[in-house]
Amino acid sequence: MSAFIHHLAFEFRSGIRNRSLLLLNYLFPLGFYLLMGALMGRINPLYPPTMIPSMVTFAIVTATLLGLPDPLVTAREAGILRSFKINGVPAASIVLIPAITTALHAALVSLAICVTAPRLFSAALPTNWVGFGVCFLAASLALSGVAVLIGVISPSTRVTVLWSQLIFLPSMMLGGITGVPADLLPEGLQRLSLLLPPTWAMRALNGWPMGAPAARSLTAAAILAAGGVLAFALAIYLFSWDRHSGTRRGNPLLALLALAPYLVGAVMGG
Amino acid sequence: MAESVVSVEALTKRYGELVAVDQISFQIPQGEVFGLLGPNGAGKTSTLECLEGLRTPDGGSLRILDVDPVRQGHKLRDLIGVQLQSASLPENIRVDEVMRLFCAYHGVAPRYDLIERMNLSPKAHAQYHELSAGQQRRLALALAVAHDPPVLFLDEPTAGLDVPARVELHALIRELQAGETTIILATHDMAEAEELADRVAILLRGRIAAIGSPLELTATGAGLTKISVRTQNGSLADPAIQFPATRQALVKGEYAIYYSGDTAPTVAAILAHLEAVGDPLLDLRVERPSLEDRFLEIVNEGATA
Repeated sequence: MSAFIHHLAFEFRSGIRNRSLLLLNYLFPLGFYLLMGALMGRINPLYPPTMIPSMVTFAIVTATLLGLPDPLVTAREAGILRSFKINGVPAASIVLIPAITTALHAALVSLAICVTAPRLFSAALPTNWVGFGVCFLAASLALSGVAVLIGVISPSTRVTVLWSQLIFLPSMMLGGITGVPADLLPEGLQRLSLLLPPTWAMRALNGWPMGAPAARSLTAAAILAAGGVLAFALAIYLFSWDRHSGTRRGNPLLALLALAPYLVGAVMGG
Repeated sequence: MAESVVSVEALTKRYGELVAVDQISFQIPQGEVFGLLGPNGAGKTSTLECLEGLRTPDGGSLRILDVDPVRQGHKLRDLIGVQLQSASLPENIRVDEVMRLFCAYHGVAPRYDLIERMNLSPKAHAQYHELSAGQQRRLALALAVAHDPPVLFLDEPTAGLDVPARVELHALIRELQAGETTIILATHDMAEAEELADRVAILLRGRIAAIGSPLELTATGAGLTKISVRTQNGSLADPAIQFPATRQALVKGEYAIYYSGDTAPTVAAILAHLEAVGDPLLDLRVERPSLEDRFLEIVNEGATA
């Protein structure tokens, strides 16, 4: 337990000490939140009620998809994971601890948004905080799972960026994060957007926590939780300490299985 | 021989078509400093990394204190300390932080005394990327011994270290040896191996070309002793002068240098000659063949084989 706490404390501090992570964990989501509040609040009257869910989703997406994979790949390439292995750090800690600390950073950003958005931009606050917590955890679990999985299977930092952007950019356009509700998209694009975890995160956070009936949010949270658990299990299974040592147990293409819950959700019609 | 702490039987490691380690076997008893020598690509690091559980062997069996590094990696971690040839740490981690972290994973109290011993106290709160290459290697060594492992692997431990740090490292190795720590040392520094190792194995193309104590190895070579002589009148500069058992003679500056297969008759004859010609002796140096000489001999034999 002591080792876990020490590791967690170091990773948390890393998320602030490291300039790139500081940018992705705090500066980018908070800057985007202020920008969106200033612009969208004026031009789109439908935006304030969905501002907090969309900005919280954005904070989670940025910190996880953009912040988590690269340090993992860099650590493997630089031999840092070898140092960890010989000193008894288990693979599960390397996969799980950065995900937990990233969720903590996203939680702090979410708190800042929830505290300031109603006063600055007349945003609606969640009415069901338990629901908000449940959906936040499910979204964090799902997105950090996907992010860690990208870090585990990527052979280089360049490929990491490609994979991360492959989910991040469509999520920005189709996931309802930027203030355009996903329900307004054409049918085909709506189906396509359901393959992306951020769409489900937005759907979960923008329902039950904001006073809507719980069923739709809980379904989304269940899909996110299933996707998250599957992604972490695959990440631990496919984990490699060193790109040269052949320690990976399976084909990296197995990572695609992590999308199965979202595919099922899309087929079921959301 | 005492019971083996490290046992290697027919270890084989391949990378595609390349056989990096080819059926090598050796045993290391407790408390021995065992040197692994060899030119680049001889298989030293592959052998070490198989023993450390970082690579999976393609054949043979390995045991460290009755633990199989391949199948019982979790048990191995507390038994061995490792200073890797190429390893790194997160660039933002502080020196005291990483000591705390790794000691926690080994289940021991942080060894801040080792940070002081390695002259890293002024850098205790510095981040890893702020350390010089030498400081990073000293930190790696401190981390490797922090949990007091019975078996220690050192891969090129003095590469990049300045002279005081090297002296401190050698003192630490001797101290650990006195405390019955078994040390496997891979190095390119022959003087270091000769000074520290109880036995050495010279690897060549993945096979053990020679194994034994440094004295045994040097004794089994061509064994020519180098005799350097400087006199007041330079009477030995004449190449026509021959001495018994001398295989080669040359003049370098003010010194006449002889390579002898039998030191005593050669030295006696040189002294007798100087007495006879009335040329006072200013300096006489007798150097036995070094491990480096023997190493080069073995490598050259291997190259021509």
